[in-house]
Amino acid sequence: MQSVFHGPVYVVKDNIDTDQIIPAQYLTLVPTIADEYEKLGSYAMCGLPDSLYPTRFVESGQLDSRFPIIVGGRNFGCGSSREHAPIALGSAGTRIVIAESFARIFFRNSVATGELYPCECTDRLCEALETGETISVDIDACTITQAGTGKVFSFKPLGEVRPVVDAGGLFNFARKAGMIPA
Amino acid sequence: MTLTEKILARAADKPNVQAGENVWVKADILMTHDVCGPGTIGVFKREFGATAKVWDRKKIVIIPDHYIFTADSMSNRNVDILREFVKEQGLPYFYDVIDDPDGKWVFDATQGLLKKQYGANFAGVCHTALPQKGHTRPGEILFGTDSHTCMAGAFNQFATGIGNTDAGFVMGTGRLLLKVPETMHFRLEGELRPGVMAKDIILHCIGEIGFDGATYRALQFDGPGATSLSMDDRMTVANMAIEAGGKNAIFEFDAKTQAFVDQRCRANGTKENYEPVERDSEERFVYETTIDLSRLEPTVACHPDPGRRKLAKEMPDTKLDRAYMGSCTGGKTSDFLEFARILRGKKVIIDTFGVPATPEIVRDLQTTLWDDTSVWDILVNAGVKMTENASCSACLGGPVDTFGRMNTPLKCISATNRNFPGRMGHKESQVFLASPATVAASALTGHITDPRDYLG
Repeated sequence: MQSVFHGPVYVVKDNIDTDQIIPAQYLTLVPTIADEYEKLGSYAMCGLPDSLYPTRFVESGQLDSRFPIIVGGRNFGCGSSREHAPIALGSAGTRIVIAESFARIFFRNSVATGELYPCECTDRLCEALETGETISVDIDACTITQAGTGKVFSFKPLGEVRPVVDAGGLFNFARKAGMIPA
Repeated sequence: MTLTEKILARAADKPNVQAGENVWVKADILMTHDVCGPGTIGVFKREFGATAKVWDRKKIVIIPDHYIFTADSMSNRNVDILREFVKEQGLPYFYDVIDDPDGKWVFDATQGLLKKQYGANFAGVCHTALPQKGHTRPGEILFGTDSHTCMAGAFNQFATGIGNTDAGFVMGTGRLLLKVPETMHFRLEGELRPGVMAKDIILHCIGEIGFDGATYRALQFDGPGATSLSMDDRMTVANMAIEAGGKNAIFEFDAKTQAFVDQRCRANGTKENYEPVERDSEERFVYETTIDLSRLEPTVACHPDPGRRKLAKEMPDTKLDRAYMGSCTGGKTSDFLEFARILRGKKVIIDTFGVPATPEIVRDLQTTLWDDTSVWDILVNAGVKMTENASCSACLGGPVDTFGRMNTPLKCISATNRNFPGRMGHKESQVFLASPATVAASALTGHITDPRDYLG
């Protein structure tokens, strides 16, 4: 199981709600239909106002993002219960979202789908890091290393959430654990 | 235990539960709609098999309501996916847009957006339709694939929003693993003054605790002020628990709850027995406050989040392009009556849209007469663009041809529930949340206006 993730980071601030992660007009796409799942990724984070976030998360015409890691502030994923939100990020190729806090349903949907590791950091990383710089995230050691400076930050252990995301989501985990028939 | 803990303990077959504990609970109702239903069905079939049957046909309620009156072919298709699944599973509670169970839904844009294009079974916005159609009962557990599912907490039940994967799991097993939330206690005293509405209560509360102040928590509303509120008012308050990050909201059971629920279950032929929960002498709260309703004033949540509280009277400098009435939160009959009381005999001076939450509310407004004129016509005469096509409409933006959607960067005052950037369409537009009365007064002046200036 991969435990170290390395690459450029996309940095956003507080209260990134699900309308900014995947605007409501794209919820006509059904995530369990394979080509619609792919398309959801192409719209990931396109609801961010351009005035605040001039760098696009997914370049136009692309299906995937070049950012495997997102760093946010407080209350990441607030708003609606749409599972399209973590799925759009996962479909775009993101595996890790690090934030100071998560909205409840987004956190749960990230884990239930197995799309994302939602990591809660203690420092205000969205002020310490900049979009495009390279970081390494070690989910065993619970550390984030800034490649440019070598500076190391920590996040809270994923605890019981980790094996569910490792397994690929709630159903795979429940089968492995014998909670539902294989 | 708190009201929420008591319901969860019962649903988990345990004598008691504590905040923070993870418990498996039995679901009484699973509700889904056109936006998350097709994905939930997809998860259910992928995980339980193409020929799997749902855990209990009578406990699944499917209400298409989000993207209905749009020529967007994907949206129309999603309603058809629901209809196919309902037929295959033999589900009794499906509130289809069309009457023909073998038909396909195609919105006819040439007829315009105002005149109704639905059949006899259509129920409108899920959270308002659920109680109207007899699916909310005290003491029960309701899961819905929509964050405003918490609205049903008005009926003394545990109701919360979940994602497609969790909903697919419930669809197959009837169970879900939940963390018991800590409870925040809001004791309400006194009564609302004229011009102040239930919306002002919840905007005040969210302003107090912040838009993430209730994350992972239950919000319990009780006390004499809560008893004084109508069921519509309690629904408005419970609806917006999620706007502070809350898992659920809950009110006490009383004679008003009983009268509403009994009448609706009987009229619709749904399950009539239920067991409410009452307050224990010992409850552990993580936060406690008392709110005197008589001291509240018309309140606004400013762009760009529901926690940016101001008083309407402080905001005359906020010029507006548009006013919007509708949604589960602000599109009920009582909301439109307050709205009409202020607009009666006057003219709005900015674009103003009215979207009743359900067909039943459309009928209420068209048949309620004030001096021989229907409330509907009073609103039309005041210049409000009223649509009979009850749905979520522009509350959450939706496809670009959605009625009332902001396709340019406008400023809008809205009786809806959420105002993060882009919520009602254009991502540089701005939404100010307020009560129906404040929306009405502001539509008359073109800037944010305290409705008490217009009380007759």
